[in-house]
Amino acid sequence: MVLRTGRLLLLLGLLAVVVLGSVALGAKDIPLTGVWHALTTPTGSEDDLVVRGLRVPRTALGVLAGVALGVGGALMQGHTRNPLADPGVLGVTQGAAFAVVLSIFTLGVTGLHGYIWFAFAGALVASVVVFLLGSSRTGPTPVTLALAGAAVSALMHGLVSALVLLDRQSLDAFRFWQVGGLAGRDLAVLWQVLPFVLVGLVLAAFNAGGLNALALGDEVARSLGQRVVLTRVVGVAAITLLVGGAVAACGPIGFVGLVVPHVARAMTGPDHRWLLPFSGVLGAVVLLVADVVGRVVARPGELEVGIVMALLGAPFFIALVRRRRLVRL
Amino acid sequence: MKPAKTGPRDGGAVRIGAASWRLRWRPAVVVAVGLVLVLFAGALSIAFGDFPLGLGQVVDVLLGGGARSQRFVVVDLRLPRALTAVFVGAALGLSGAIFQAIARNPLASPDILGVTWGAGVGAVTVITFAGSLGAVGGSLSTVGVPLASLAGGLLAGLLVYGLAWRRGIEGFRLVLVGIGVSAVTGNLTHYLLTVGDVTDAARAMVWITGSLNGRGWEHVVPVGLALAVLVPAALVGNRQLGALQFDDDTVRGLGVRLDGARTAMLLLAVVLAAVATAAAGPVAFVALASPQVALRLAGTATPPPLGSAVVGALLVVASDLVSRLAFGGIELPVGVVTAVLGAPYLMYLLVRSRREARV
Repeated sequence: MVLRTGRLLLLLGLLAVVVLGSVALGAKDIPLTGVWHALTTPTGSEDDLVVRGLRVPRTALGVLAGVALGVGGALMQGHTRNPLADPGVLGVTQGAAFAVVLSIFTLGVTGLHGYIWFAFAGALVASVVVFLLGSSRTGPTPVTLALAGAAVSALMHGLVSALVLLDRQSLDAFRFWQVGGLAGRDLAVLWQVLPFVLVGLVLAAFNAGGLNALALGDEVARSLGQRVVLTRVVGVAAITLLVGGAVAACGPIGFVGLVVPHVARAMTGPDHRWLLPFSGVLGAVVLLVADVVGRVVARPGELEVGIVMALLGAPFFIALVRRRRLVRL
Repeated sequence: MKPAKTGPRDGGAVRIGAASWRLRWRPAVVVAVGLVLVLFAGALSIAFGDFPLGLGQVVDVLLGGGARSQRFVVVDLRLPRALTAVFVGAALGLSGAIFQAIARNPLASPDILGVTWGAGVGAVTVITFAGSLGAVGGSLSTVGVPLASLAGGLLAGLLVYGLAWRRGIEGFRLVLVGIGVSAVTGNLTHYLLTVGDVTDAARAMVWITGSLNGRGWEHVVPVGLALAVLVPAALVGNRQLGALQFDDDTVRGLGVRLDGARTAMLLLAVVLAAVATAAAGPVAFVALASPQVALRLAGTATPPPLGSAVVGALLVVASDLVSRLAFGGIELPVGVVTAVLGAPYLMYLLVRSRREARV
């Protein structure tokens, strides 16, 4: 208990350092005094404009998306009792992708502010469909839920391929959305997504205790007096809001929702009341680090955070899988 | 009171040397019916096109008759395409069945284990650098795509296997490492799509969706040879796979040499997936869905290898036919159709098994 509180505080401290780094580092490195100046007494100098107009919104969005994806991933792995579960597996990402492509193809929507509501609606519809398909009379089982997710994902992916192959303009817009990035987002995007993610986090907090009981299996949970179906419904709602919000704002950033819960589990053990906050903070740290790395290595251009995430996260993940006895679900 | 259920009805045992199989009637019926349907769909696929033929004419030409022009259309153009479809589908179905049995997870398909995305990186690299970036030219850019995809797929498969090896192979760790490797390769592929111009991206997109357009004998032969060697090997190995569905201690208790059996079967599955992907691109969903469909049709505990191969073949041939028939003049890549046809079927199976659970 004390140990885990200490670790969480340490992780929060790390997040603060990473946030500072994210505001200071980039195509143009800004000294910390300059950052301080921009935040407290802006005079409209170039550094001030970069910090206030670009870096702060980008960093804030990175924290939001990281928390959402980390907690969302942990919830998904808990509900499906499947260590492979991530937004991709449950169809949420492909649902959002399909809605984005459809909006470009049929309505000629361009730009992020247009996509965001479509992405969100797509994520919502896909996860509700997956939940309904994967549910048996007694609520969804891990295997049927994952299979339903794969089925819906494949269907959406097929439709996306069809649309982008029929229309070159859609492909051109879509291929850049698909790599996932934080660049070019302003605070308006953040405000659009924030309420959904906050509600998702509240639902996730309510879900943690029930999820612990479900980890023992649906039968045992029911005999312990858990309302299994209610817990599942709340969980899916939280997952949809969190992951849907993050994907809508940043495109499909893979791997955060997959890797982070595994690392967090190694720090906390399987108790979801600890696992969820750890996953959230760790998700933000990881996403921001990846974003900063993407800005620094490819100067003056940049690598999208989704790509850096995979290139950095995968070797780390594989090393972890090899080294430890993974905490099984 | 109901009488107790009798055990599974066995048709008897087939023995070749030390190996033996129990012949169950239901999987055998699935394979037989499936083969008939594959033949029928293949014949339809050969008959259909800009130069339409009757089914009787198709059979006539295949048996050595027919006019010169008909022979050209059938033997040089449509037969290789149909055979590529059948072989690719069978290879993907069998590959998926082996992966799923070893990892004890229905999601463990070559897609998740990084094989198809590894192949994707290879192929898209060649397409992108042969196109607007111009670093790969001439015949290398046409021969290069299947070769690069084969190399990429095998490399990714071996990388996953090597990284997952830790005093033996465990299904759980294998799948997790596979996810790691496919995340890298998948993202590299998406990144490469943003590097070139939109024409290259469109070509690459067709390839990574999976297409049978313009497939000739040079695509048929490698997959056909691989199947001729690997299907019998898979059937022999399946005896071990049946045991692998239990946990490791039980399997050792049954006297199966675990790692040898797993290594051989995994290698076999990787080669099947890589060869299939080299021929037609990573046709979506076949490796995942075929074993699950075959398993439910055959009523077995693990995906039946032959049944999965036949279901895979049928899925790809039928999808190719649909991709050419359904959209008027536009021909979509077959991978779009396998996903759009296969996914609802898997959904239907899920819903149906839910109804059964209610009874």
